[in-house]
Amino acid sequence: MKMELSCPMPKLDFDLITLGHGSGGILTHKLLDAGVFDLLKNDKLSEQHDGAILELSGESAFTTDSFVINPIFFPGGNIGELAVYGTVNDLAMCGAIPKYLSLSFILEEGLAMEEFWKILVSIKGAAESAGVQIVTGDTKVVDKGKGDKIFINTTGIGSVHSKSNISVNNIKAGDSIIVSDQLARHGIAIMSVRSGLEFETDIESDTKNLSKVVQSSIEKFGSDIHVLRDATRGGVATVLKEMAEKRNLGMDLEYKQIPVNESVQGACEMLGLDPMYVANEGVFVSIVSNEIAQEYVDFLKRDEATSSASIIGTVTDKHPKQVIMTSAIGGKRALTMLPGEQLPRIC
Amino acid sequence: MKYLSEYRDPELVTQYLDEIKKTVTQPWTIMEVCGGQTHSLVKYGILDLLPKEITMVHGPGCPVCVTPLNLIDKAVYLAEEKDVILCSFGDMLRVPGSEKNLLEAKANGADIRILYSPLEAVKIAKENPEREVVFFAVGFETTAPANALSVLHGKRAELTNYSILASHVLVPPAISALMSDPDSVVQGFLAAGHVCTIMGLEEYYPLVEQYNIPIVVTGFEPVDLLQGILMTVKQLEGGIAKLENQYTRMVSEEGNPNAKQAIFEVFDVTNRMWRGMDVIPSSGYQVKKELEQYDANVKFEVSIEEAPEHAECIAGDIMKGLKKPFDCTQFGKKCKPSNPLGAPMVSSEGACAAYYNYSGETELAEA
Repeated sequence: MKMELSCPMPKLDFDLITLGHGSGGILTHKLLDAGVFDLLKNDKLSEQHDGAILELSGESAFTTDSFVINPIFFPGGNIGELAVYGTVNDLAMCGAIPKYLSLSFILEEGLAMEEFWKILVSIKGAAESAGVQIVTGDTKVVDKGKGDKIFINTTGIGSVHSKSNISVNNIKAGDSIIVSDQLARHGIAIMSVRSGLEFETDIESDTKNLSKVVQSSIEKFGSDIHVLRDATRGGVATVLKEMAEKRNLGMDLEYKQIPVNESVQGACEMLGLDPMYVANEGVFVSIVSNEIAQEYVDFLKRDEATSSASIIGTVTDKHPKQVIMTSAIGGKRALTMLPGEQLPRIC
Repeated sequence: MKYLSEYRDPELVTQYLDEIKKTVTQPWTIMEVCGGQTHSLVKYGILDLLPKEITMVHGPGCPVCVTPLNLIDKAVYLAEEKDVILCSFGDMLRVPGSEKNLLEAKANGADIRILYSPLEAVKIAKENPEREVVFFAVGFETTAPANALSVLHGKRAELTNYSILASHVLVPPAISALMSDPDSVVQGFLAAGHVCTIMGLEEYYPLVEQYNIPIVVTGFEPVDLLQGILMTVKQLEGGIAKLENQYTRMVSEEGNPNAKQAIFEVFDVTNRMWRGMDVIPSSGYQVKKELEQYDANVKFEVSIEEAPEHAECIAGDIMKGLKKPFDCTQFGKKCKPSNPLGAPMVSSEGACAAYYNYSGETELAEA
């Protein structure tokens, strides 16, 4: 169960975001003072300067991501925590300890302040749990109809762990392929509340901070972890196919080893979707030395964020660039990249 | 998952495969009618597990694939030119029209919404009384009851802004058309389980008799398919041609009377153009005359000329079982899921897309 932070919304003389809140004038200051600077305060942000001056030593990782999800509140989370964890997790996949984030909003005129506040509170909670500071940002407002309530961009910087050696070039034949948790929960949770496709389900998004478990696993297993990838858009299949293509190696997967919970499996059957291609927000793929694979999975399983980790296959030099799945009944099929969005099928 | 995992049980699969291998003594060509069955055969790798004597050919039962070009052009026209809210099942959106598909129309600003149920479209019509709402009602007998129900709900709510663009097709006339083709190579059919769940078995007895061919009503899971294939092979080897029902857990003799009633209340049988197969007599549903206010074809008087299919696409031959996707010179070359020349490359139920997706063709490597 997720902890909900409760921070009462400050008294404001407006209920809705208007164009004026992006003007840079008094309304902008009212919004930022109450909503952002006070709530997310830290030494660097409180400077309210044009940018933040940071201290970093050693190798750094740097990443950015934009969040445009609809609906902005969904079972298991909202766009705010998603925007923090998304970037934090990308840094974690680089073997980095996330340190600082920027936070930029594009708000659509008419967004309820109450909704924006909830998102801000959730950003605060996510940043605290991931141990990152939000040190700079921006807020713009666009005309009604020109946005979709709220778009968020976050950019993050982290320090690469001294024992980390993560690169797709480290993948070699014989390595084990591991997924960190049950697949497809985020994509299915979003679809279950999307207008026109609603269905009743207990499935919640898996959006969560992965950096802690990744850091501790790097601390323990070091360079035996060859590569880490966040299996967000396009799902696990897309990530694996990308790496197989890039590294000119093949992958053999066992369907039976792929962790998918029963409700998600049911929803996928109903909608005609393949969980291997559905988006996750709290699942990563690791490719590790075969020698440590079992110990690594056991280690992951002890952490709540990765409790369903599983070895799903092996890297091979037999069929370069092909990701081959052995089905539940022993037949084989190749996984390719999707031509576009997965669309629910007719019947 | 209950009711699914039992039908994906590796031990049962092995037993059925062994039984098929023991039974078969000579080559047989069997057609699975439904695209959902094609999808499962390929997804589970069943085609490679079958003995070499058995050739599966993939029938026309992919609703997206057989929806005529002209109708997609109509849907695009309604969405772009008539400012309607066009509602559709997801996998219709990528099917190529003569100039563009619905996804491109959406990108151009048309109001196109992906729904899972036509009843949602009725709700949208209620919520938008100032706009016309059209549901693109494609599919076989399986989706017809829900589409019919949407018309009945629209009528009950006295909506004047709801209509359907119907392109329903029916399985038994398609089997007739395939068997009447002198080139046909099909020796037995796996009929579509879900279609028979609605319609029952009645319509299939005359087909078995007329064409002296085994028909086995079959489900969609690996065990279903293998059991259906075994039942067909046993008939073929024994020189028998009868109707059998493998999918008894879903299909009853009379089908679903309530669903049939909704269909017959709303639709009349009509001649229908099948993409790649020409016009098949009495092979589709159209909205009844007395309900024509709910028929987008009548309501909007759209006249769009029949556009020619892409010259290099052999979709028709593939859906008739005369050719395999790999026989097409453009398979995986010009024609890919990201740039389909014909509809079977679009839908996950289309034979070409099923072959492409699961055969390891790779678009990136070529890029």
